[in-house]
Amino acid sequence: MKKYLGPLSKDNPILVQILGVCSALAVTAQMKPAVVMALSVTVVCACSNFIISLMRNTIPPRIRIIVQLLVVSFFVILVDQVLQAVLYDVSKMLSVFVGLIITNCIIMGRLEAFALSHKPFPSFMDGVMNGLGYGLVLVIVSFFRELLGSGTLWNHPVIPQSMYNAGYLNNGLMILPPMALILVGTLIWIKNAKLGKAK
Amino acid sequence: MKNTKFNALFEAIDSFLRTPATVTTQGSHIRDAVDMKRIMITVMIALCPALLFGLWNVGYQHFIRLGYDTTVFGCLWYGFLKWLPLVIVTYVSGLAIEVLFAQLRKEEVAEGFFVTGFIIPMIMPPDVPLWIVAVATAFSVLFAKEVFGGTGYNFLNPALVARAFVFFAYPSVISGDSVWVSHAPQDAITGATPLAMVMNGNVEAMPSMLDMFIGTIPGCIGETCKIAILLGALILLVTQVADLRIMLSVLIGGYVTAVAFRVGGLCAVPGYQQLLMGGFLFGAVFMATDPVTAAHTQTGKYVYGLLIGILAIIIRVLNKGYPEGMMLAILLMNIFAPLIDYCVVQANIKKRKKRVLNTK
Repeated sequence: MKKYLGPLSKDNPILVQILGVCSALAVTAQMKPAVVMALSVTVVCACSNFIISLMRNTIPPRIRIIVQLLVVSFFVILVDQVLQAVLYDVSKMLSVFVGLIITNCIIMGRLEAFALSHKPFPSFMDGVMNGLGYGLVLVIVSFFRELLGSGTLWNHPVIPQSMYNAGYLNNGLMILPPMALILVGTLIWIKNAKLGKAK
Repeated sequence: MKNTKFNALFEAIDSFLRTPATVTTQGSHIRDAVDMKRIMITVMIALCPALLFGLWNVGYQHFIRLGYDTTVFGCLWYGFLKWLPLVIVTYVSGLAIEVLFAQLRKEEVAEGFFVTGFIIPMIMPPDVPLWIVAVATAFSVLFAKEVFGGTGYNFLNPALVARAFVFFAYPSVISGDSVWVSHAPQDAITGATPLAMVMNGNVEAMPSMLDMFIGTIPGCIGETCKIAILLGALILLVTQVADLRIMLSVLIGGYVTAVAFRVGGLCAVPGYQQLLMGGFLFGAVFMATDPVTAAHTQTGKYVYGLLIGILAIIIRVLNKGYPEGMMLAILLMNIFAPLIDYCVVQANIKKRKKRVLNTK
């Protein structure tokens, strides 16, 4: 089990490999879409890792990218349809970024680096853990962005009205993507300070 | 206190108040008597005329809006009382982070923050909430300076980053018509700056050119009095702290662009008026010339300055969301300054290589 835990800390896809940053900046203004996005990426990553791993001995190397894309887009469409049916409002908020999971570098990276050379079950676990590692960063970033930018968490107001009456203002910069970049940078900084720089 | 946890703080206060007794034992390489401390103090002296006038103007704008009598001393005192908390909060918040980082890095506190902390209150509205100033200062010192290695390594001007932070994070306290006059009454005559008037097409209400030049108009503390800023520019040029190339090319770039927009019919005011509005002159003299963040090569300085002037006017005229283009133009060119330097140096290398090959 321990060997799968790397993506949560010293092998984190966003903080160490700097992959999947684009969507991490785009969907983290609020916690709810960030969590939904994280779960979607986890599901897609795990399932496509599993399928590709099953087929790894039969895929001709020259067309493997196309096969991978087909498998990934199948799961993305599946996730997109489920989101539209179950969580329509969140699906609206995420808009194009659900579809863009297809191009998420983390998923392609895991397929290339792991699923093509490992057995199905380890590949599945690797996908889950990388999705969760991605999700961990999304949840932390969106927590601070929603708390400081909108004064809410999961759409519930958490900053009391008395603070606003006393002159407190929400930080508008937190809503804008640049601040997400600075927060991700700060997380990388903290990670480097705690765990040492990536070699 | 020496050699304890607070060593950095101790050293900072010690070397600020008196000359340290530590001397070099080996041969030292003195090139000039001007060190960083002296440059910083020169800049602060150059800022003083604009500051003094600005303090008076804060009181003056406040009292005439409320219909009170104005005395020189009364206005000055009112402005001083508005300014003092801002300065204290800026220095405490900024220096706290500086000292913390000096402690973590086991270095001495650099003098770099003195000017930054002096400029920040001069480019904020008089009634800006103090906690916002504290947050903005801490943010800019942390993310514009310390993250990149501290004083001398920052590629963005920290004072402008603080202002940009307030501008984007808390737009309600730094934009609009009422923020530039201290405690402006809601229903009285509007306290809009000339920039806002041009933006709203309200050109008839503009103050006269003379008022804009002397500075009896609403605005932040440092930017209104053009005479005081020019005096500061003179001090900076005589002491060779700032570069004339940058100042001139910013003004030329801005003027040419403003005239072009005027001729093209996009701008309602004549070109020279753009240079007198808002923080254009203050930015050109005190912000664009910051030796750390400006371009370093001689040719690069012209390019850097011209582009600041051009961009500032373009942002002002074409983007209705940002009345003050100077801040954004300087920050943008701060980012490009190293690239400009690189291109100038490479061009020079290429030129000289060609010369060598030709003579062979």
